Amino acid sequence: MLVLLGIGVVVLGFVLRANPLLVVMAAALTTGLAAAWTPEAEIAVYYAAAISTLAAFGKAFNDSRYVSIVWFVLLAIGLLERAGLQDRARMLIAKVQAATVGRVLWVYFVIRQAAAALGLTSLGGHPQMVRPLVAPMAEGAAEAKFGALPDRERFLIRSHSAAVDNIALFFGEDIFIAIASILLIKGFLEQNGIIVEPLQLSVWAIPTAIAALAIHTIRLWLLDAHLKRRLAAAAPTSEAPEAAQ
Amino acid sequence: MITLAYIYILVGMFFAAVSLLSLLDASNPRRVFNFLFWGLLATSFLAGAYLGDLGNGVLALGLVIVATIGLGQGKPSTTSPEERRESAMKRGDLLFLPALIIPAVALGGTLIAKETDWGPALIDPAQATLISLILGTLIAVTVGMLWLRPPVIAPLQEARRLLDAVGWAAILPQMLASLGAVFLVAGVGQQVGALFSEYIPGLEDSRTLAVIAYCVGMALFTIIMGNAFAAFPVMTAAVGLPFVVVVLGGDPARVCAIGMLAGFCGTLMTPMAANFNVVPANLLELPDRKAALNGVIRAQIPTAIPLLIANILLMRFLAFPS
Repeated sequence: MLVLLGIGVVVLGFVLRANPLLVVMAAALTTGLAAAWTPEAEIAVYYAAAISTLAAFGKAFNDSRYVSIVWFVLLAIGLLERAGLQDRARMLIAKVQAATVGRVLWVYFVIRQAAAALGLTSLGGHPQMVRPLVAPMAEGAAEAKFGALPDRERFLIRSHSAAVDNIALFFGEDIFIAIASILLIKGFLEQNGIIVEPLQLSVWAIPTAIAALAIHTIRLWLLDAHLKRRLAAAAPTSEAPEAAQ
Repeated sequence: MITLAYIYILVGMFFAAVSLLSLLDASNPRRVFNFLFWGLLATSFLAGAYLGDLGNGVLALGLVIVATIGLGQGKPSTTSPEERRESAMKRGDLLFLPALIIPAVALGGTLIAKETDWGPALIDPAQATLISLILGTLIAVTVGMLWLRPPVIAPLQEARRLLDAVGWAAILPQMLASLGAVFLVAGVGQQVGALFSEYIPGLEDSRTLAVIAYCVGMALFTIIMGNAFAAFPVMTAAVGLPFVVVVLGGDPARVCAIGMLAGFCGTLMTPMAANFNVVPANLLELPDRKAALNGVIRAQIPTAIPLLIANILLMRFLAFPS
């Protein structure tokens, strides 16, 4: 039972916000030492256990180096960002013509998810896209329809803008074969003697990606219905008075 | 034939270049630590095969120590926002094309290596996707260089800019995969398995029960830790592999792929995942940004829970092929 201490170290370390690399190493050494624990073991036994755990960790670290080769891709992404890749994506999003909040966010969802599935996870993000572009566009769509927005609805729309970015990213990126999470799975399984190809893993991210799109499409449709119910009654037909802001 | 060994040399040289450029970057007061961190990683790629197990362990320990002391962020020279906008206007949507070369080559190379007679002479079929990914990157960089004509050092400096933004987190997945190996040696899976089957009767008989335990466990552990990557080796060693895969016959690739996504549902629901759920609340100036369940998380929960249920159903019905 003592070997479970390692799991405890992982949980505790992450909850306490210690450096995750330190947490992982501490968890590995704890597990190795706990496995060697007996009531009468001498200090030399623990020393040997620590050394052999470090060696086991080192062997696994060396065997799973391919998990970290994904960063090589940054050579190409960085080069294109230098030439305005993200700016071009922003221009593309800004051209979206959609009449309602839900539709603006839906179009962004689809673009974000598709780009992430092709490995372009940097074409989006909260500082790059959501704050400067997606949230203002969604707020703008609501204002055009209902006039000045009460704070409650304004912040609801902003929250949904951030949510769309996260959900589309999480459930798009695993379709790309060389994303960290896919290679972590490959590495973990390989340490357990099971060899899988990244492609075998990433195709099984597709059903969930479709489910995420379907579920969130319904959510955004409900958001539109909610905003309409909330704001249509109160909204003036033309421009809202400045004072309302 | 190109094997992973050649790729490691190439990627090792990449990290070595990043390391040296970091050392030369006087704008980063912590540049020595960046130099050490990327340098150690480069050493792992270039010489890992000769260091021995303990040597590699000490190297990993070195990475942990440097990361804990703390890396800085370099400021490589890059284009200004105005130049980028101008370039984006001038080059138009063609800019996306080189980026799409990478997945296209990764997929094409994999198919060539596995499905053709002459492919294996070119690319080692056992690691076809990873090798093709690197080849795709090289082609994309070549196309980009010929087309955009930036300074020769530009791709390395831009990659360093992005790598410094990622920082030590760049090796977290590799470290977690290695932790999985230590768990395996110590028999953590069996121990947790014993514990689980004691408290959840029928876990080793019911596929439905085991799938629910694994997926909900992934989501809950992720909510607690704020990181699905960290939850993955723990829950998979505990429930995913011993029960869903070994005892009940689940396909490991499908079980793990969907299991990770069940963890992502947890990420959507936790303030512990600050990057995704707290940072945007601050950026968007939400009034409840300090609350445990801020507006962003509340907007995500009604999608996360049905999606977790969808993952449970998908795993239950797709992951047991026989």
